Amino acid sequence: MSSLKYRLFKNKLLTLSVVIFSALTAVPLVLIIGKVFLKGWRQINWDFFTKTTPTTLDALLAINNNQPIPGGIANGIVGTLMMVLVASVIAIPLGVMCGIYLSENRKTKFSTVVRFLTDLLQGTPSIILGIIAYLWVVIPLKGYSALAGSVALAIMMLPLIVRSTEETMNLLPASLKEAGLALGSPYRSVVLKVLLPSAFGGVFTGILLAVSRVIGETAPLMLTALGATTIQWDITKPASAVSLLIWEFYNDPNLQSMIWSASLFLLLLVLSLNILAKQLAKKWRI
Amino acid sequence: MENLNKTPILSLKKLCVSYTPGKFAVNNVSADIYEGLITSVMGPSGCGKSTLIRAINRMHELYPDIRISGNIELKGRDLLHINPSEVRRMAGMVFQRPNPFPTMSIYDNVLAGYKLIGIKQSRHEKDELVESSLKSVGLWDEVKDGLSKRGSFLSGGQQQRLCIARALALKPDILLMDEPTSALDPIATNLIEELLVKLKKEVTIVIVTHNMTQAARISDYSMFMYLGELVEYDRTEIMFTNPSDKRTEEYLTGKFG
Repeated sequence: MSSLKYRLFKNKLLTLSVVIFSALTAVPLVLIIGKVFLKGWRQINWDFFTKTTPTTLDALLAINNNQPIPGGIANGIVGTLMMVLVASVIAIPLGVMCGIYLSENRKTKFSTVVRFLTDLLQGTPSIILGIIAYLWVVIPLKGYSALAGSVALAIMMLPLIVRSTEETMNLLPASLKEAGLALGSPYRSVVLKVLLPSAFGGVFTGILLAVSRVIGETAPLMLTALGATTIQWDITKPASAVSLLIWEFYNDPNLQSMIWSASLFLLLLVLSLNILAKQLAKKWRI
Repeated sequence: MENLNKTPILSLKKLCVSYTPGKFAVNNVSADIYEGLITSVMGPSGCGKSTLIRAINRMHELYPDIRISGNIELKGRDLLHINPSEVRRMAGMVFQRPNPFPTMSIYDNVLAGYKLIGIKQSRHEKDELVESSLKSVGLWDEVKDGLSKRGSFLSGGQQQRLCIARALALKPDILLMDEPTSALDPIATNLIEELLVKLKKEVTIVIVTHNMTQAARISDYSMFMYLGELVEYDRTEIMFTNPSDKRTEEYLTGKFG
């Protein structure tokens, strides 16, 4: 009898500690969002999205007059969106094609090597990818540019897109491919017109997650996009990014309060991308 | 006994299929399939029935370990030595589980063969083909108001008839069916059986079935396979009333299988 009681007690103890520890893991996230929101929301207004970064002097004057700092992060938002867009244009076709290849040729030596290298790339520190993009793009083009930043981000997105495409394609039943081929259609059109559309949900979710993963990257952009104080639409010129701005605000004593508002913006952007991806994954389940 | 057409349309000569070297899943099968009739292939699980018909439309080529030897001729053409796409257009296939393309509408599913091959058709040709194909499988009245709906919204039996329509739309010479009713309920099964008896005027049918009574009900000729060998091949009535091989008799009377 006593041993049964003891076991029940152990059971309860374990359950309780699991609940406590799971709660503890959620605490930092709640604290971060709370802190960023409390300190950042005051700066967020229309100007914040439409004006470029204020100079130190403007900020100093506003602080002395006890007003919110003028200006915003429009140059960063434009730079981030442009670089993520160009990175996607590079990474999506390559990543999706590579993922299809890996799923269609699961056991060949080449695909084993590619799969291994993809995993390796996923674990590569982003600063190193920044250095690579510096060597490949900044030096040949003789200058920092948004394009160089996009290349660094594209390399970061690649492994995520490759693996999510591969995993989704692996989930498709063999009967689907057989049905396509049994109609006498060439392999190419079975892959492009039957398999890929059927896997669209998973592939798209993977792309969204890859975007949300790189949208807050800072280190590789420091070595490639450099930063800019004005809105720059030319991808061969240096550009700013929201994450770069946070770093710049940190280095400027007069712009400290902008750190929080820019962080809040970035955090909300990443969170909503993640939530959107999760919802779509649920909706488009194979 | 009525007189049946005896024009061979498909002939198998010394057909062997192996998944692992030296072990034959189909062992030295030779047979003539007659035009305009339904031929059923029976036998216990693992006897090579599905392997046999999947060899005909070269489905095995998806799996590089599988080896085929022998000869398959459809309307005098050597199927093992022409382009597999062409083979599969001449020999349509319906699978065990209904597999309409989930991203396509009912309309597009029927035309899938043409779309995937890249054959251009006028709007009028398409409409006519969809209507005639769906009518020949008895699905037209059920779906004509919702042709733009996804094929996967249909019931299992309807999906399987859609798959038959998709195969028929390509006007194949022969229709290979791999246990097409084993995933369906008795009513849907009955509907498909009636359909096949009607369809044999248009297309020769080879059907693999686990269900002996189904073979007896619908087929004109029957094959009995055991351990990869073709044990007996005869008129269905003869096979079921007076089988010449002891193994066939034992299988049909439920002693094994």
